[in-house]
Amino acid sequence: MKLVQKGMAGTMESSDIMVTVEPKEDGGISLDLTSSVMQQFGRQIEAVIRETLANLGVENAAVTAVDKGALDCTVKARTNCAAYRAAASEDYKWEAK
Amino acid sequence: MAEKKRLRRAMMFVPGNNPGMIRDCHIYGSDSVMFDLEDSVSIMEKDAARFLVYQALHDLKYGKKELVVRINDLNSGLGLKDLEAIVKAGVHVVRLPKTDSAQDVIDCEREIARIEAENNIPVGTTLMMAAIESANGVLNAREIAHASDRLIGIALGAEDYVTDLKTTRSDGIELLFARCMILNAARSAGIDALDTVYSDVNNEEGFIAEATLIKKLGFDGKSVINPRQIEPLHKVFMPSEKDLNKARAVMGAYEEAMAKGSGVVALNGKMIDKPVVIRAQRLLELAELSEVREVEEI
Repeated sequence: MKLVQKGMAGTMESSDIMVTVEPKEDGGISLDLTSSVMQQFGRQIEAVIRETLANLGVENAAVTAVDKGALDCTVKARTNCAAYRAAASEDYKWEAK
Repeated sequence: MAEKKRLRRAMMFVPGNNPGMIRDCHIYGSDSVMFDLEDSVSIMEKDAARFLVYQALHDLKYGKKELVVRINDLNSGLGLKDLEAIVKAGVHVVRLPKTDSAQDVIDCEREIARIEAENNIPVGTTLMMAAIESANGVLNAREIAHASDRLIGIALGAEDYVTDLKTTRSDGIELLFARCMILNAARSAGIDALDTVYSDVNNEEGFIAEATLIKKLGFDGKSVINPRQIEPLHKVFMPSEKDLNKARAVMGAYEEAMAKGSGVVALNGKMIDKPVVIRAQRLLELAELSEVREVEEI
């Protein structure tokens, strides 16, 4: 997936996470994460964001995430949405359950 | 798992772009939850809500709760995108909004069947319900109700409907014709009749009066927009102990007559007709299902 612009998704409401994905030439994924539950779940949230981007084939991106206690499914949904918006793409790949 | 016949007293709308409500919605005791991708989601956030509802259906466990998604109108260009996501995520029931004709149901079903077939989901797995929200839809209610075997019910969407009628919502008289049409159409097709939302969440008295009216008419349940509306609605639908005792007595007399090979059923000197037996049977089934659901919630 090729990123062409800044993409944001999510809100600052409780149980949500605001994810911003920006294009970057190289250097992999840089992630700036702040969370209200950083001590307990910081590593898990970071892992979910990185895995979601890897599944989309995003290799280089500057990611900022402000977490307000989101579940993993919300982290995945917001990261996916921000990445698709950054790629200006609607070629969604939904997986059957 | 999707079930065509089940209890649907309270069907609670959940805004599709609200992660907190999507996480918690199953704890309040409604029979169904309806994730909304339509009216509660702004046009700029349609994709975000679709991702969120897809991921919740895909990853979260909601127990035995019926999971419904209200998609956007297929003519808006958004409805098909919604279907692509939620059918693959395993939604139980697709709620089609603004259903004006049987063709709307047929068009939606065709897309659902295509998505199921392309993804090795047995064709027919995904059920549907149709919301009728216009004068055209009300007049076509019978054809709509018979348009697909996937339909579990038809519902009234009153806000758009009263606008189409050039009126506003008041004491319910403005909805009487639509409710009766929808109810008779649903019964003719053997599916559920489901009532519209009551928007004033602070008016419990008004809500109970409306719920009592639609139960009297024969509706199976109602959409709710706030967890506070669930318990009062379930109370309205719960048969009283007096009615249950009468129904038990009717069924006892019926079974006794059957055992004797008698075609005539009598109770306390009065003859019991077949419709009375059917109503008694339904009442006991409703009470039993309600009790089972309460135990499941605990």
